[in-house]
Amino acid sequence: MADFLYQLLLSFDATLRIATPLMLCAMAGIFSERSGIVDISLEGKLLSGAFVAAAVAAVTGSAWLGLGCAMLAGIFMSLIHGFACITHKGDQVVSGVAINILASGLTIVLGIALFKRGGQTPSLPRDDRFTPIEWWGVDMMDSVPVIGTIYRQLISGHNMLVYVALLAVPLTAFILYRSRFGLRLRAVGEVPEAVDSAGISVTWLRYRALIVGGALCGIAGAYLSIAQGGNFVREMSAGKGYIALAAVIFGNWKPLSAFMACLMFGFLEAATTRLEGVDLPLIGEVPTQLMLAMPYVLTVLLLAGFIGKPRPPAAIGKPYHK
Amino acid sequence: MSTPTPPLPRWADLILLPIINLFAAFFICGLIVLAIGENPIEAMGVMIKGAFVYSGGLGYTLFYTTNYIFTGLAVALAFHCMMFNIGGEGQALIGGLGAALASFGIGLYLPAPLAIPLAVLGAFIAGGIWGVIPGYLQAKRGSHIVITTIMFNFLAASLMVYLLAGPMLEAGQQSPQTAKLAESTLLPKMADILSPLGFDIASTPLNASFLIALGAMAVFYVLVWHTRLGFNIRSVGQNQEAAHYAGINVARTIIITMAISGGFAGLLATNEILGFNHKVVLNFTAGYGFTGIAVALMGRNHPIGIFLAALLFGALTQGGGELDFEFQSITREMVLLIQGMIILFSGALAYMFNPPLARMIAKFVAPKDPANG
Repeated sequence: MADFLYQLLLSFDATLRIATPLMLCAMAGIFSERSGIVDISLEGKLLSGAFVAAAVAAVTGSAWLGLGCAMLAGIFMSLIHGFACITHKGDQVVSGVAINILASGLTIVLGIALFKRGGQTPSLPRDDRFTPIEWWGVDMMDSVPVIGTIYRQLISGHNMLVYVALLAVPLTAFILYRSRFGLRLRAVGEVPEAVDSAGISVTWLRYRALIVGGALCGIAGAYLSIAQGGNFVREMSAGKGYIALAAVIFGNWKPLSAFMACLMFGFLEAATTRLEGVDLPLIGEVPTQLMLAMPYVLTVLLLAGFIGKPRPPAAIGKPYHK
Repeated sequence: MSTPTPPLPRWADLILLPIINLFAAFFICGLIVLAIGENPIEAMGVMIKGAFVYSGGLGYTLFYTTNYIFTGLAVALAFHCMMFNIGGEGQALIGGLGAALASFGIGLYLPAPLAIPLAVLGAFIAGGIWGVIPGYLQAKRGSHIVITTIMFNFLAASLMVYLLAGPMLEAGQQSPQTAKLAESTLLPKMADILSPLGFDIASTPLNASFLIALGAMAVFYVLVWHTRLGFNIRSVGQNQEAAHYAGINVARTIIITMAISGGFAGLLATNEILGFNHKVVLNFTAGYGFTGIAVALMGRNHPIGIFLAALLFGALTQGGGELDFEFQSITREMVLLIQGMIILFSGALAYMFNPPLARMIAKFVAPKDPANG
């Protein structure tokens, strides 16, 4: 039993690590989509962030500079998205697809040109990465049963960006529901005409939402390449941006629910890796692919109204014409 | 708006604007090549030579063109109904499954003239199934087609990994792939078709699927502009409420559109699986489904335009491979960048050059009847 609990704890620990980039991207998606802009370009921004973080950290030897530039890269991609869909009222899905393909191509082309390693960046030494932070009193708490283990494994011992992601969730909720900017942001995603007639710029609001989202995706990218991993590899975002988008929808465009969805999707993946090849009583061997496909299955079922009713922002996907 | 933008003349909208957008995309990519420290003009030359001039280059170009025609038609048909099908990737994958099942199921018992059409039909139907489910969910349950088709891409990938690494794995194989398909369902190479007719072309992967693609273009044209269904599709695409009011069954039209759209994407498997790989391998769709969006956008959802755009992308894909051999620091991935730029300029930024161009043309071409402007 104790062993089972310990295994479960390790799964939760892995869940948190897997869910970190999802949480950051999901919050980015919420900012953008609540302002009325469809954001399937989360994937591309995540990938750009990962590349820029690793490239800058490799060249300068500073993880912090890597993080900063990754955020700028995410913002830059967001601005392209905004330029196309806000300024020129282009199709938001088309623009998102373009950005994802651009990010795919650009990271490989620049990676090869800069480092000549087939699109990878050099491995970073430990000092140039965000390494796990051991919290105060871990050794002391060890003597306390259960709580000591939880404290050591689950709460302490993650890198800084995991905690940033965990903070991003309540912060997003606070900004969305308790700040003037958040109120306007929600309004512009529902009835942009009302925001406009109140004398507030729809364009500038939506741009700001995209910029915040870009920065968050950049952080998520940096997490992949200079915190969880030690270099950039081609296509390292591997669909995480899309899973984050699924989490946004699954969470009904609400920060806390989307956070729970990220944890659930993360747990499914963590459990899959843990249970691979294990024979469970009653169920038998766990079908890995089915477990990994669960986020997509669940999102489809949700969207089809089989698990509740999704309520997207009313003005989503529609360019605003004055 | 003090001065209303004059409408763009048809010729400019169909020819000039796409060329300007294309030029803008290439210009930005050229700047990136320049920044990397290579000569963009030289790179362009290498790509053109690789795509058209070198022996077999054209064959390869047309081989890739075939893929782009299928996915371009798939996206375009859905566009006519105002549905955004970004699930071409998944539909094509499942098309491969359908082709393989048909081949393994019937290929052993039937001669090629019967087996090939059935295998092609298998690809079409399987792709269609993967398209019709999101279509049904959109039409009947209101789930957004964009998100559902994205999810279905991932579902298709998961399913194929499971099948190719499990039940359909060739005995004794390590890498996930099926056994070789039945001989009678394989499409002949174009070189083998043409040589008895006296044409001697280099042997390339180009196969009879190219002819299927040309046929699909014709079917597309007739379907969209010369059938009742096509009229319904376009009506629903223009205005769902009006179409409904006119007595068109909107939900049914959407579902049928997505079935055929998925089927077109599924036909990609005839080229890659029945015509080239001769077995199902992982990831044979290689992004063609996504690029289909660019093809449809550039081709203005018309078969002729789609063919030209597909040819462009086919040439880019083939010519891009040549970059690997000729340059130190730019590779075939450059093509991804160009594709992204083209989607950006001719899709998302489609309206950027439109008003200034229209104003410029209006200045030079005097309006015939000002009252009718």
